[in-house]
Amino acid sequence: MRIGAPKELHGGEARVAMTPTSAKDLQKLGHDCLIEAGAGLAAGFTDAAYEAAGVTVVPDADTLWREAQIVTKVRPPLPEESARLRDGQTLISMVYPGQNAELLDTAKQAGATVVAMDMVPRISRAQKMDALSSMANIAGYRAVIEAGSNFGRFFTGQVTAAGKVPPARVLVIGAGVAGLAAIGTATSLGAVTLAFDVRPEVAEQIESMGAEFVFLDFEDSQDSSATGGYAAPSSPEFREKQLAKFRELAPDIDIVISTALIPGRDAPVLWTADMVEAMKPGSVIVDLAAERGGNCELTVPEEKIVTDNGVTIVGYTDFPSRMATQSSTLYATNIRHMLADLTPAKDGVIDHDMEDDVIRGATATHGGEITFPPPKPKTAAIAAAPKKEKARELTVEEKRGQEIAAFKKQTKDQVGLLAAGALVMLLIGAVAPASFMSHFIVFALACFVGFQVIWGVSHSLHTPLMAVTNAISGIVILGALLQIGSGNWLVVFLSFIAVLIASINVVGGFLVTRRMLAMFRKS
Amino acid sequence: MSIGIVSAAYIVAAILFILSLGGLSNQESAKRAVWYGIAGMAVAVFVTVFGPGVHNLFLILIAIAAGGFAGYVVAGRVQMTEMPQLVAALHSFVGLAAVFIGLNADIMLHDINGVLAANGLDRAGLALLDPTELSVAGGGFFGELTGFGKKLALKDATEIGILKVEVFLGIFIGAVTFTGSVVAFGKLAGKVDGKPKKLPGGHMLNAAALALCLALGLLYLTGSGIWTMVLVTLIAGFIGWHLIMGIGGADMPVVVSMLNSYSGWAAAAIGFTLGNDLLIVTGALVGSSGAILSYIMCKAMNRKFVSVILGGFGGSSGPAMEVEGEQVAIDADGVAQALDDADSVVIIPGYGMAVAQAQQSVSELTRRLRAQGKSVRFAIHPVAGRLPGHMNVLLAEARVPYDIVLEMDEINDDFPETDVAIVIGSNDIVNPAAQDDPNSPIAGMPVLEVWKAKQVFVSKRGQGTGYSGIENPLFFKDNTRMFYGDAKKSLDDLLAKIA
Repeated sequence: MRIGAPKELHGGEARVAMTPTSAKDLQKLGHDCLIEAGAGLAAGFTDAAYEAAGVTVVPDADTLWREAQIVTKVRPPLPEESARLRDGQTLISMVYPGQNAELLDTAKQAGATVVAMDMVPRISRAQKMDALSSMANIAGYRAVIEAGSNFGRFFTGQVTAAGKVPPARVLVIGAGVAGLAAIGTATSLGAVTLAFDVRPEVAEQIESMGAEFVFLDFEDSQDSSATGGYAAPSSPEFREKQLAKFRELAPDIDIVISTALIPGRDAPVLWTADMVEAMKPGSVIVDLAAERGGNCELTVPEEKIVTDNGVTIVGYTDFPSRMATQSSTLYATNIRHMLADLTPAKDGVIDHDMEDDVIRGATATHGGEITFPPPKPKTAAIAAAPKKEKARELTVEEKRGQEIAAFKKQTKDQVGLLAAGALVMLLIGAVAPASFMSHFIVFALACFVGFQVIWGVSHSLHTPLMAVTNAISGIVILGALLQIGSGNWLVVFLSFIAVLIASINVVGGFLVTRRMLAMFRKS
Repeated sequence: MSIGIVSAAYIVAAILFILSLGGLSNQESAKRAVWYGIAGMAVAVFVTVFGPGVHNLFLILIAIAAGGFAGYVVAGRVQMTEMPQLVAALHSFVGLAAVFIGLNADIMLHDINGVLAANGLDRAGLALLDPTELSVAGGGFFGELTGFGKKLALKDATEIGILKVEVFLGIFIGAVTFTGSVVAFGKLAGKVDGKPKKLPGGHMLNAAALALCLALGLLYLTGSGIWTMVLVTLIAGFIGWHLIMGIGGADMPVVVSMLNSYSGWAAAAIGFTLGNDLLIVTGALVGSSGAILSYIMCKAMNRKFVSVILGGFGGSSGPAMEVEGEQVAIDADGVAQALDDADSVVIIPGYGMAVAQAQQSVSELTRRLRAQGKSVRFAIHPVAGRLPGHMNVLLAEARVPYDIVLEMDEINDDFPETDVAIVIGSNDIVNPAAQDDPNSPIAGMPVLEVWKAKQVFVSKRGQGTGYSGIENPLFFKDNTRMFYGDAKKSLDDLLAKIA
């Protein structure tokens, strides 16, 4: 198959969907690669570099769309691009099928297959083609860098000869991929980082990145496993509490990075005008949700503004494109992985397997039909967190009742045991002669003492305990001593052996115990 | 020495033994406790040897000297990793001695009966005589008898009956202890294959053998000769052998403590036979000690004593949970890096550490990490190793201070705050399936929750499931890294990378 990447038409878009490196890998899958002249320039890849990687450079977009059987793109195709789709052609791109109904229609009519990189399901196997995550990662990093260039102070606290500099306080709202990347970047620059998310289970991830989780004590917290790892809209009460918390934090925060998005909805407003007002002059807000209206009330998409009280609000929507080389590399790799899944035999033949969870999920149109939205994947994205069963707090009376019942049961058991024991003793006593009973009393008492004493032995001394009981069980030597004086030679012989081996036991057992105990030392 | 003095000395010895066991409640008093035991034993042997009715002093001295010397040599030479074998071997001696003494008791009973008959006396008549008359009765033969012989001569018919039961019990328990301990010794020393093995028929064979023993015991009671007891010795020996052959691997701690218990009960039974209270007391102490140890071990494995003895894992009620993920290996550099970053480290040693003789390397690692100001502790599962408390002794030998060596209950709650957990040669005792998978054969067994630590390193010879054959999901967890190789070699590699 011939795979081609045209130049992006969207204004200011610097990324490209194929790099010389990814092209080489695609050729290993048996495909041929085409690129429109100058497509990679803005991302730092020259036509010469592509040619060196074995890519055919075609002069214009028309030729490319005509020649290529598979077109890879970054941004969703503009109408003039989608008009070029033809029967049997495959388009791999960001599509946002939920918002781009006409595009799907056009593709359906043309009989083309559209694979939406933004619809790749979030399962482990598909992580390597999860373009949203790789772009979000870059956006999170870039957001902090952008904030830093607009922020007049150090991130890290310093004590210099010229005075003390406090560290910057950064608040990251939304701990998705972008949020976590922002946290990582901000903490590694030395800022004191706080982070908030509506999903309490990400607290651990936030803390693992070195930020402090802003804890909101609210009963009805979300379990994101139901929504494939994304946040869902929260209840009005929760929102109120959340805003109150932010209002409380606002005066102390130097930099806000907001990344809160809910799939398929406008971005929730979380940073209101009065919070911006409460911030110190020189503070910076970077709104990664600007494209969807912004988390900050004052955000102007695609622009950077400065409010009356000197707070800079960055509303750029093209953070990944601002790091075009890096984001093109990652995106092209995502595309390459997608194509690797589409070419299972590595023979340059596309097998569009609609049974495959990942491919099915990403496919928006196929075989002259719109296949969006996809059915639920067979594998759940994230295992549902087991509902924690809260142990019911016992009331005082119930506790007492339980204690009394336990005590009663114990007493009953003990009395029962004693009664049974006494009965057995009585039965033995009834038939056994007095000489036996006197020994038996000794035996029973010794067992009892033994049980009491041994429970007190420390676990770590169990081996010495065995060695010492071993030594004292050598007491059978007494039996042999009492018999060895007999007149019968056989008895003498057996007793002699018994004394011999019992002495080994006694001496060996005690010595080895002593050796062991001498080794135990305190630090 | 009169009977009165001997009895008084026995009381002293018994109390010294009790103090000796009670002193093991902590490491410091334990050092004194062992001297109590030695003193008690010295008192007991001394007064018995020089007490009334003991002859052949010369033979006794030779036997004690020879036995003592052998014991001295063995105790001095034994490696701490060989403790399980040694303990098992010593148990077998007690069992064998008990068998001999039991047989002797019967032979002597037979002899006395012969002498009595030859002198035209019967037991009833003898019992009526007072002590001074006794010594002249029967032409003075009575004065020649040993102390035990006199006791035998004075027993009435019921007492003889009870004596026979006691002889039977002493011989039976002694023989089971003897062969059982020999097999346990062989398994622990690696001379016999450690895997559980059974003859066809399994426990039915044991049950049949037991029934046969009981039948022979009844024959003996009703007057059959000593041949019954010799047969019982052989059959009980078979039971001991077969029983312990059927148990193996991680169940060995239970076996050893069970045999410990048996050796005590055998001594107690002999004490009854001889009418010697000190033997009874000591036997009962040892017997209950072993029984409690067995109970503790079984509880630590969440298994019933009976099911351990009957061998094999039971109670699996369905397919085991599928383990997902893969085992990720790591090299010494990676471990060293993680240890460098860690503040708190917990080491979980198991039988693999003993096998690889890695305790010195572990100790050195501990010393270096502690010198860097890190908190290093040890977590010991009750059944780690092949002997109760085995790991503690090995670590003590390697000079690891005992106050950083903690029991399972003391440390289990600390794992979430632990940066690095290092598992050295243990498997089932750190298996999360015991908690997560109700179908696992070890479900419900208390385990060390190492997986809650931030990072877990598992030092292990290779991929494989260990003795029990149970897959360990710990090895597949995201925060687990496998540090393959012989434990000692791995740790030495690691030591080279840690200053």
